[in-house]
Amino acid sequence: MYSFEPSDEQKMLIDAVSRYASSDLRKAAHDAEENKELPPKLISKGWELGVLQASIPEAYGGFGERSAVTGVLAAEEMAYGDLAGALAVGLPGLFALPILLTGSEEQKKEYLPAIIAGDWTPYTAALIEASFDFDPNDLKTTAKAEGSDYILEGEKILVPFANQAKAMIVYAKLKKETRAFIVPGGSPGVKVGEAREKYLGLNAIPFFKVTLEGVKVPKTSLLPGGFSPVLDSSRVAVAAMAVGVARAAFDYSRDYAKDRDVFGMKVAQKQAIAFMLAEMVTEIEAIRLLVWEGAWAIDNQKEDAGQKAYLALSGAIDLAMMVTDRAVQILGGHGYIREHPVELWMRNGRGFTAFTGLAMV
Amino acid sequence: MIDFEIPEKIAGIRTVVETVAVNMMRPVSRYFDENEHEVPWDYVNFMHTATKAMGGGASMAPGEGKKEGPRFGFQRLAVMVEVLSWGDAGIYLCTPGGMLGSAAVSATGTPEQKERFLKRFRGDTPVFDAMCMTEPQCGSDTSAIRASAVLDKEKNEWVLNGEKIFVTAGHKAMLDSEGFIVVWATIDPSAGRAGMRPFVVEAKTPGCQVSKMEHKLGIRASDTVSIVLQDCRVPFDNILGSAEVVTDKATTGFKGAMATFDATRPIVAAQAIGLARATLELLKEMLAAQGVTIRYGLPRQKMTSIEKEVIDMEVQLRSAWWLVMKAVWMMDNGKPNSLESSMSKVRAGDVVNRITQKAVEIMGPVGYSREHLLEKWFRDAKISDIYEGTGQINRLVVARQILGYRSSELR
Repeated sequence: MYSFEPSDEQKMLIDAVSRYASSDLRKAAHDAEENKELPPKLISKGWELGVLQASIPEAYGGFGERSAVTGVLAAEEMAYGDLAGALAVGLPGLFALPILLTGSEEQKKEYLPAIIAGDWTPYTAALIEASFDFDPNDLKTTAKAEGSDYILEGEKILVPFANQAKAMIVYAKLKKETRAFIVPGGSPGVKVGEAREKYLGLNAIPFFKVTLEGVKVPKTSLLPGGFSPVLDSSRVAVAAMAVGVARAAFDYSRDYAKDRDVFGMKVAQKQAIAFMLAEMVTEIEAIRLLVWEGAWAIDNQKEDAGQKAYLALSGAIDLAMMVTDRAVQILGGHGYIREHPVELWMRNGRGFTAFTGLAMV
Repeated sequence: MIDFEIPEKIAGIRTVVETVAVNMMRPVSRYFDENEHEVPWDYVNFMHTATKAMGGGASMAPGEGKKEGPRFGFQRLAVMVEVLSWGDAGIYLCTPGGMLGSAAVSATGTPEQKERFLKRFRGDTPVFDAMCMTEPQCGSDTSAIRASAVLDKEKNEWVLNGEKIFVTAGHKAMLDSEGFIVVWATIDPSAGRAGMRPFVVEAKTPGCQVSKMEHKLGIRASDTVSIVLQDCRVPFDNILGSAEVVTDKATTGFKGAMATFDATRPIVAAQAIGLARATLELLKEMLAAQGVTIRYGLPRQKMTSIEKEVIDMEVQLRSAWWLVMKAVWMMDNGKPNSLESSMSKVRAGDVVNRITQKAVEIMGPVGYSREHLLEKWFRDAKISDIYEGTGQINRLVVARQILGYRSSELR
């Protein structure tokens, strides 16, 4: 039966996340981007909201059940506050959720309670590679069986917090398929780049290049499940964050347009601007529903969940660029100035084509 | 609890309607496009009998129904309209029993009026209704309506005068059946929108004449007419709404029109979505026949230009459809939905035009050919961005709501 309303429990979670995102994250966002660092206390506070913890069953140290729908609701709210903050708070999920979704019982028991029980700890994942046509289903990083081990070879970029990570999931091609391997921090052959990588946006997050040179991991480090549940999860998560960024840009530019005088009226009273805003909000509403549908399809194990998640992200990528670009345009010259957040959102907005693998729900 | 599962009852009806679309609409699509103004009686009679047999009276429009439990009326209607329009957008508009006129009756009439005017749809023969808003000098600017209604107190009758144009199904409502039209007229020309009231004019009422049938770009199976009212007298009770609406000089009049739009805009949007889905499906079939299949899951940098276009169409189509469903779901659940209603209309109007235009482009000369339906659907699509509020009017409605502006603040 159709319903477009979150449950009461979900509403409570959204409220809690929303308070944190719009007060804590949003206020810290500008300085974090400029100083290239998120305050650790800020991340801890977000972690304590328990979004990830609530999606891990009690048996593995959590207090709930994984729901992609709840996940995307929370992800959108987080990213509404600040995308870098949202990604940082959710970082341990990049390691925990693939294990929860596709790991063996032993792997779940070994890793999940440790991650979930304590404070925010950097566990990460390495998926993305430096190629214009990077395709998560056709990786250049390889895994080869050798006796009781796998040997990983390749080069990853955009690995968040790789320098501090306790362990990471490395995605590599094994017999033509993308598979996930657990690689403990400091494993021989794992080289984390010395300098942080520099990107168009997300400067608050330390990203590193990670080189894998004959990295030997035992066969038990391979997650037995396939890659698609992980990819679907990441696609809807990234899509939800794109919706969050778009909504932030929409709200900000709408408020600005209502406040700014021009030719004896408010900017928003000009149809040229009002119509842009009407289209922005309409597109946000539409794509949000597509993201919800993707997450719902995942939760209900629909056959075409993967396709739905893919379509949701495809729509969200264009949404984020369209809305953030217009937000800057509505602020005019002020939009181009870094005192206002819209230019940061526009830079972040352009990144969603490249962000698959940086968030999970 | 967020749920995208189609309710079982609606799914059952959807399957039935699908067979109608496949068997009774598609095969005659081209014929009724090329024989403008011919009524598709086979379809009309079948729909009349079928909807009557389904028990809801011969009307697709949501009735009053039971009070308790979840309501599905508008969701069901949107799903049915989407499928029928997938069959043929023009022929769908010839569906008897409860279109825009009865939507106005449902939205603004009293229980007595609903019974009096809507029961005809449950009779033995198909009956039509229509809505008359637009006039020669005004379309979107409904406050400029000149059609007038004057109360003749002696006879307790309203005397209507004026000219209405672009009346969808007006010919079928007034000449081909014992139907009715809902005429929006002013009881106080100095009051602007506040003076506007809806009046029911039944077929064969003296002084009401169908004066012209239009020739159109698309939806040619559907008649679009002009109606002239010359001292057309209707009983006092034909003014829709309670007794107070007659004397109340506040803005209740136009609010009635707006309430109607809240209900009808998502339905018109559903029609656009059905046509857009038909186009996308046929496009994919035609491409597949030429050896082109769409691969999902690729990064954009690895896609062909056609794949990128088709996947984009699918995103547009599905996301717009959910906007429609959300708007009707809100309607069924008694939530105010004028924002969502207009958003769904904006989006669906855009999407159906983009998709039908792109489909003709992608198929090149084949798309342009009248051997196939793509060129017809391209023509049929345009109306969705025009009637029931143009895309621009609906943008204004959305903008005013999100900005908290009255119409005087955002013109």
